Amino acid sequence: MRSVPFLIGAAVFLTAAVTAAFVVRNEYVFFAGFVILQFIVLATAWNILGGYAGYVNFGTSAFVGVGIYTAVAVFKYAGAPLYLQMLAAAAVGAALGLGVGLLTLRLRGIFFSIATVAVTIIAETLITNWKFVGGATGVQLLRPPPTAPFESYIKMLFVVVAVLVVIAVALARYIQLSGVGRGLRAVRDDEVAAECSGVPTLKLKLLACAISGALMSAAGAPAAMYLQFADPVSAFNLNYSVSALAMSLIGGTAHWIGPVLGAILLATTQQFLTVTISSEVNVLVLGVMLVLFVVGAPDGIIGLAKRAWQRWGRR
Amino acid sequence: MSDPLLSVSGVSKRFGGFTALQDISLEIRAGERFGLIGPNGSGKTTLINCISGVLRNDGGSIRFAGRELGGLSAHQRTRRGIARSFQVPRPFRSMTVLENLLVALDYAVIGHGLSAREADAEAMAILGKIGLAEKAEALSAQLSQVELRKMELARAMAARPKLLISDEAMAGLAGAEIDEVLDTLFKLNAEGITVIMIEHIMQAVMRFSQRVMCLDAGRVICEGAPQAVMDDKRVQEAYLGA
Repeated sequence: MRSVPFLIGAAVFLTAAVTAAFVVRNEYVFFAGFVILQFIVLATAWNILGGYAGYVNFGTSAFVGVGIYTAVAVFKYAGAPLYLQMLAAAAVGAALGLGVGLLTLRLRGIFFSIATVAVTIIAETLITNWKFVGGATGVQLLRPPPTAPFESYIKMLFVVVAVLVVIAVALARYIQLSGVGRGLRAVRDDEVAAECSGVPTLKLKLLACAISGALMSAAGAPAAMYLQFADPVSAFNLNYSVSALAMSLIGGTAHWIGPVLGAILLATTQQFLTVTISSEVNVLVLGVMLVLFVVGAPDGIIGLAKRAWQRWGRR
Repeated sequence: MSDPLLSVSGVSKRFGGFTALQDISLEIRAGERFGLIGPNGSGKTTLINCISGVLRNDGGSIRFAGRELGGLSAHQRTRRGIARSFQVPRPFRSMTVLENLLVALDYAVIGHGLSAREADAEAMAILGKIGLAEKAEALSAQLSQVELRKMELARAMAARPKLLISDEAMAGLAGAEIDEVLDTLFKLNAEGITVIMIEHIMQAVMRFSQRVMCLDAGRVICEGAPQAVMDDKRVQEAYLGA
């Protein structure tokens, strides 16, 4: 019942994305829009593990990079179409997620976070030394013509990522509202108490890691065709990790809408600043906003909205 | 005589070079009220951590309801009917009191087949019995010490246990509050739940337990009727350090 407004919202969003792809002529809109949508998926995916379960993952860039290079590998090896590239990336991302999930057996808090940074470095090193996908110098990719009815590849990528946004947000919302969400919150609040209340903590953590990882890698995959180029330094850029985390925290981690709002706000600001000032300034703004929110509004935009709502209700 | 509900035999636990438990054996019958006492650091909590699966024992075996528990994780043991409270309360702080109970109900009672409303009703019934009903919608982070202790017992109850282990549920409480918690434990026991009580407050243990065991430095030094254990010279020495 309470899913109806969500379904309507998702339908409106998808319709708008598809309509825009056929109406708007300026390709730059889709070039920028792709990045914003990609970050909505990344932040939403990050929040499934980092927000619901409380395991702060600094390895978003590992998953994005692995996603990009899975796409590169299956494209180079078999000329796989975009959707297969993304499916393959999701599968590899889920597997990597399970691996990261096993780390939670022994590592909690900051130690887990540091280990995820290590995962990024390991993945990047492996790719840098893999000649087939171009090694350190990177690889040029010649993208095929867009699939009908799209007349431009960028517009097609935009719509594909819009679909991924709906999948990711629907999954995050489902997890939050289902018993799994309550179990993950119990893990975040107190893992020992959760275990002693019958919560299969390891299973839930592995599930969260696998879903989060699959979404991150699937979101990374289309970047290969987007740039028609991939190299390890940009594919495993730490910026993905920092942004996904910052967007979730700024939006608010307690609710699925938080990362969506945070990603829209931050990614749009970043795109705007990149064009108007410089791409260095946008990193600065990200940092400043994160500090402001952590100090002033630790529960993010959702927390601010909730407080405003309560104050309004009291009047 | 029927088989014991819980049977611990020859259990040991070492932390590095420190032996926290050495060759502990005990048997508890279904429906019994069992008291576990001993000075600080004697291994009481370590023993129940081994029973509940939070820690793995190094040697010996633990059987519950006729089945070996070795190799089972804590959540599997909870699902088989061992529920516990914690010495330092461990609430799910971001949740309301009611939600705290629903975690246990949903995860420990597999296939309970209750609708969301029925689960709410069962959790509310437990809260009513324990005297926390009016706090059901309060965030657990905002509870007082005595309320937290009650909530821990309530959450353990929501797992529909056969055996309830209460780890110092009365520590830090005042006289009337101790009586409240004690009453609750008596009530639960009257419903057929076996209770192990770990406690430092002697009058509470004496009043509650049918049988008492005293640990000191990881060994059983005495076991028997409450008064007999109290009068035992070794027990008095352990406590008074004579």
